[in-house]
Amino acid sequence: MPIRTEPVTINIGPQHPSTHGVLRLRVTFDGEVIVDVEPIFGYLHRGSEKLAEERNYVQVLTLTDRLDYVASMTNNQAYCLAVEKLMGVEVPERAQYLRVMTAELQRMASHLVAAGFLLQDLGALATPLMYCFRFREKILDLFEMLCGARITVSYMRPGGVFADAPEDFWPALDRLMGEAPELLGELEQLLMENEIVLVRTKNVGVLPLDMAIAYSISGPVLRASGLPWDWRKADPYDVYDRMQFDIPIGDRGDNYDRFRVRIEEVKQSMRIVSQCVEQMPPGPIRTKLPLVLRPPAGAEAYGRVEAPKGELGFYMVSDGSIAPYRCKIRSPSLINLTVLKELLVGWKLADMIVTLGSIDINMGEVDR
Amino acid sequence: MVPFLQDNVIYRGVYCWLGGNEGNAQWCGRDGLLPGGYEWVAYFVAGLTIMLILVNGALLGAAVFVWAERRLLARFQARRGPNRWGPWGILQPIADLVKLLIKEDIIPTAADRIAFTLVPIIMLMSLLLSLAVLPFARNTYLANLNIGVLYIVAVSSMTTIAIFMAGWASANKFAMFGAMRGVAMLISYEIPLILSLVGVVLIAGSMSLVSVVEAQYLPFILVQPLGALVFMLGITAELNRTPFDILEAESEIVAGYHTEYSGIKFALIQAAEMAGVLAASGFLATLFLGGWSGPFLSTQLGALWFLMKLSFFVFLFIWIRATFPRLRIDQIMAFAWKFLLPLAMINFLATAVQVYFFGFYHGDVPGEITRNEQWVMAAINVPLAVASIAAFGHFAREGIRVPAVRLESIVPTPRVAEVD
Repeated sequence: MPIRTEPVTINIGPQHPSTHGVLRLRVTFDGEVIVDVEPIFGYLHRGSEKLAEERNYVQVLTLTDRLDYVASMTNNQAYCLAVEKLMGVEVPERAQYLRVMTAELQRMASHLVAAGFLLQDLGALATPLMYCFRFREKILDLFEMLCGARITVSYMRPGGVFADAPEDFWPALDRLMGEAPELLGELEQLLMENEIVLVRTKNVGVLPLDMAIAYSISGPVLRASGLPWDWRKADPYDVYDRMQFDIPIGDRGDNYDRFRVRIEEVKQSMRIVSQCVEQMPPGPIRTKLPLVLRPPAGAEAYGRVEAPKGELGFYMVSDGSIAPYRCKIRSPSLINLTVLKELLVGWKLADMIVTLGSIDINMGEVDR
Repeated sequence: MVPFLQDNVIYRGVYCWLGGNEGNAQWCGRDGLLPGGYEWVAYFVAGLTIMLILVNGALLGAAVFVWAERRLLARFQARRGPNRWGPWGILQPIADLVKLLIKEDIIPTAADRIAFTLVPIIMLMSLLLSLAVLPFARNTYLANLNIGVLYIVAVSSMTTIAIFMAGWASANKFAMFGAMRGVAMLISYEIPLILSLVGVVLIAGSMSLVSVVEAQYLPFILVQPLGALVFMLGITAELNRTPFDILEAESEIVAGYHTEYSGIKFALIQAAEMAGVLAASGFLATLFLGGWSGPFLSTQLGALWFLMKLSFFVFLFIWIRATFPRLRIDQIMAFAWKFLLPLAMINFLATAVQVYFFGFYHGDVPGEITRNEQWVMAAINVPLAVASIAAFGHFAREGIRVPAVRLESIVPTPRVAEVD
């Protein structure tokens, strides 16, 4: 008796335990093997770019918090760099150091979330996730001391930062920096040499370097493929040119490399934070700017940072009014997501979830 | 009338209280409450009493296990766990159950209603049936079957059918994925599981679990280290627990085969799974750790020893669950066929040869393996286990490490497969 077999199309998401937000994947399976993937997004579209045209330059800042809500400090930073270029203002040195320090703390938090969720996707019942979140929680506590908010911080402002760090911030930061190697070591010990993690992630979801460049991939995903490309080194902004740090790269571009590059970057971020604490100069934290900013008409500026997920850019055009004429966001998650099909076809369902986790997307940033 | 039940203390008590020395039961030594000719009522009531105790005991054990697992997992994950309802949150499973009871019992429109409804019943039934032969203490068991080990394997493999029924009847693609994975995995793991039990049966000279316990002068985990390891890993797979939980991998296929189940049906499936862990720990304790026999007072404190050994394995299961990520399906299959099956075969062959020499050329009582002979077997088998795990662990690691070969050039057209 002939039994007909046919490919099955499944909608994975938008309500699925591990699609990292409201991402919907229309996946066609032949048994367990993926034949076709079609990412569908827009479920979290809030029209941030259009809303920005209706708000003045300081109000737009709150929209940037809600792009990649796991790493809002770096979003603030990219936006502020763009606005400062537009206005042609200089940022005080202390503010620049504070920005670099908070951005690196945010990078640690974001990478920890990525690593934790990757291992959650591997099926490690929440234990590594909890370890990562315990670490991240301490970083968020620091943010709360700085600006009162934990996730949507709005800490950086055009011309500087919102407020100087309170007195008790520095001892708390010192405590975290003291604990961090131990917390990270615990995580590494539990996971980096775990045989199951290795067999599940090594050589799976390999992204060759030429393909990564062709798809204009950025961030840890690109570096895991072997290119030491980092905007903090390539085009240093704020005070990154005074910082000593290395760019960790992977050699194969598989899921394990992406995971390892993130863990190594957390260590490099710790180096940068302690350098910032050492070099922190006294002085003002904000350039005096008018309450309502009016950049010159026709001015254009592109501010970009190395966000935890890749190159985050804000392209701003001014028409001389109090609101931007156009605010285009180059979001790394969206562009990194485009390579998904190349990575997934031919692998199994279980690999798909892990590969998606290793790209580390954030739907707030994909849909904007 | 059912002679093997007369060993059971509770059964005998109830039967003699009601039926007494009437009819076939001449072993009571007293008269019962019921007049002559009504011993079938006594038989019925006594049987029901045993069933009531066993079923409620298993479900209560499952509830306690749910609580213990949640608390322990929380400890492993550096958080607190349920601690609101009752002391240390011990009433949490009851609250969960009440919540599930008052939920709407949804059956999907496209589902096969009969099969869909039968699944929780079959799952719980196979579990409860397997508990019938488990000796909880000396002379405390429902039945001392002389094919006990075979019975466990036969009854517990019914779960596979229930899982496939769940996947098929739910009319849900995720459930179907889980069911297909489940059938592939569970059938593969049955083979090393059964082979690992053969060694125990050979040494004990009987398939009855009571005889197995009585034959353990040493805990069989020393005499049969390979068998214990293979059984432990195999039963972890049979229970669908991490790292073999691909059937209900929540990060991949939502909830696997029970995606569509809600309300009391879901509660029953969960109860079957949780009590399954208890039953598996009980079998591990009975087969490999000496069951109710302890260092002293085995007769009086048998239940306590058994409970301690059971708790040890339960803790081990929870620990494994909290620690390991999940394997992919091809890696799981490779693990069964390339690692567990050879180990089980080695164990089987080694044990067979040893039993041949010790058991049959042994003087007065042929077939029985004495304490000293078990020490000798342990001295041979423990190094053998280490050596073969090292050897096959290396091969299996290489076998599993082979990356999931990416299938190039897949053509997404329907295929027609010829099946006889």
